Amino acid sequence: MNRFEQTLRKILSNRALVNLLATLIAIIIGISIGFVIMLIARPQQATSGIRFLFGSWLSTNTPTRIGNWLYYATSLIVMGLAVAFAFKTGLFNIGATGQYTVGLFAALYVGIAWTGLGRFQWVVGLIMASLAGGFWGFFPGFLKSRFKVHEVISSIMFNYIGMYLVNFLISNIKNASGQLLLFDHSYGRTYKVATSAFIPRSFFGIDLSSIFPGSEIDIGIILAILLSVLVYFVLYRTKFGFELRACGFNRHAAQYSGINENRSITLAMIISGALAGFGGGLFILAGRVSNVGNIYKIVDVLLPEGFQGISVALLALSNPFGIVFAGLFISFIQRGGFYMQTLIKNEIVDIIVAVIIYTSAISLIFQTRIANWLLKTRSEKKKRGK
Amino acid sequence: MGWFEISMLILNAMLLFSIPLLITALGGMFSEKSGVVNISLEGIMVFGSFFSILFINIMQNQFPSINPTLLILMAMVVAIVSGVLLSTLLAFSAVNLKANQVIGGTAINLLATPLVVFIARTLNDVRTVQFSNNFTISKVPLLGDIPIIGEIFFRNTTLLTYIGFFIVILASVVITKTKFGLRLSSVGEHPGAADSVGINVYKMRWAGVMISGGLAGLGGLAFVIASSVSFDGNVIGYGFLALAVMIFGQWKPWRIFMAALFFGLMSALAFKYSLIPGLESFSLGYLFRMFPYVATIIALILTSNKSRVPKASGIPYDQGSR
Repeated sequence: MNRFEQTLRKILSNRALVNLLATLIAIIIGISIGFVIMLIARPQQATSGIRFLFGSWLSTNTPTRIGNWLYYATSLIVMGLAVAFAFKTGLFNIGATGQYTVGLFAALYVGIAWTGLGRFQWVVGLIMASLAGGFWGFFPGFLKSRFKVHEVISSIMFNYIGMYLVNFLISNIKNASGQLLLFDHSYGRTYKVATSAFIPRSFFGIDLSSIFPGSEIDIGIILAILLSVLVYFVLYRTKFGFELRACGFNRHAAQYSGINENRSITLAMIISGALAGFGGGLFILAGRVSNVGNIYKIVDVLLPEGFQGISVALLALSNPFGIVFAGLFISFIQRGGFYMQTLIKNEIVDIIVAVIIYTSAISLIFQTRIANWLLKTRSEKKKRGK
Repeated sequence: MGWFEISMLILNAMLLFSIPLLITALGGMFSEKSGVVNISLEGIMVFGSFFSILFINIMQNQFPSINPTLLILMAMVVAIVSGVLLSTLLAFSAVNLKANQVIGGTAINLLATPLVVFIARTLNDVRTVQFSNNFTISKVPLLGDIPIIGEIFFRNTTLLTYIGFFIVILASVVITKTKFGLRLSSVGEHPGAADSVGINVYKMRWAGVMISGGLAGLGGLAFVIASSVSFDGNVIGYGFLALAVMIFGQWKPWRIFMAALFFGLMSALAFKYSLIPGLESFSLGYLFRMFPYVATIIALILTSNKSRVPKASGIPYDQGSR
């Protein structure tokens, strides 16, 4: 074995490095295909379009735009963590959207009805959102562990059950005087939460609204990053997390070594759901620019956040810290898409993300093939050289 | 309106809602029978409906006097072809590259909607594609006069309804009576055994996925034709509902037919319940719409022990590990 082969083998045996390389290649392929589509659709604007994706939008109004970028990354990171937590236990939580919606509803209720809580309203709102999301995640987990119902199918069903249940509750809950409490009929959407329930913008003396003036930002992004540290700690530094990951690696081996697989599956789905519900709470309790707040529209379409979470988790290969970067990355190109809308329609960003996910789904096989091919051509050259 | 008229209206609407579910669920069945979970039915429906509706839109503008029956037959071909094309992405990743089928399917779902909305907005600046829906058959001659059955099945329908019936019959014959169907099922049950007697597992799985793509594309067209006069970028979860129909129907064509009718009835009730005397004042629509999904969960629990799910469904086949 010569030195080239040795270094190549060394690189290829370092899984973290190979994963990072594969992700980067997937991103390059995704952006290249996006560029080709832009060239076909709008040949004149394609180059400036690609510059937008690479960040030319940051050059004007920089602090505000960075703040918005971080604000929109928040839900991507939290939802990515939710999906990744289930992935680590070998579960595909495609139901994160439903858990997000149910959490959003709980936080909305607290934010509108429980104004007596004062300063703690947003905290209680987020806690209730997590509990509601966890409750919604419990069902697919329990059905899987007790009845062997595949979590992908059941959590798709619970997406719709959750959405329709929330729509039903919002359009029927009335206050003491018999008026709809949450639903604003004149606009066909929910009311905003009380101003007192908005998530604060300063965190232990760090005032984000003065660092990023005029932006949507609140402390959600800091909570999201702290959450990624927490998820890392639970997964990699506790016995519980070890058991979950063991189930994810090889459930038969885990069971054989005395790990209660059923308990792990149910708990993992509850925690995953709680994280997704937390994301829903962060959304509905956000104050945004000059306290305009967020609303929930009653339409029969699932919210996209859970599916975006799947993208983030897949892109980061479920690594908790990778998810922070993946969320920031996707939010970055989404912002680029937002600012270039007059040139090229911003769906191009979703196309690029989808291509990246598809490419990374098939990249594992490519990794081994490319490695074999590299080693083979090298040894053939050597033979010919002799 | 009397009870009779109301129930006729609801049953007639049931049929309209059932047909897209039926066609797409049968597609899902072909894919799963061959051993590939096709979670991308939703995306393929979007894709098929977009290109066929775009085709109808262009043809109606170019040839205003075109015969609607001819046009819808041509649009069906467009829907099937575009569905098959998108499904090759799943077949390639799931069969040849042995990637995780759920992830591959999810990526296709993520891709389909933005891609078609991007094309629509690049062409027209709006995400909707309009067409004039003159495909409704208000009454089939003779058959439409039969009491009850005529009113449910042969009035206010489209050609796609009868195509749907035809596909159920065809699917049931193909799956249970032909060499191809039996081989397809064997590949989904035990690919190693099938391979050892000379059946090309990869080819059969490609066939299963492509049939599912064609049918899901057609289902997408049926969805738009049945429900509106424009395509607006989604099929409100009918692809996922079709997966539920397929499971509820236990991967058997006639049971899938019954399941599709049941799910269609629930959708019809959700939209028309306010006609029923005594229910006008509630907003119960969301509860009715929830019901098919709850029913699926219950069915999944009840059948969990004797589920007819193809044994190798979802597991990539590697010839080396035979």
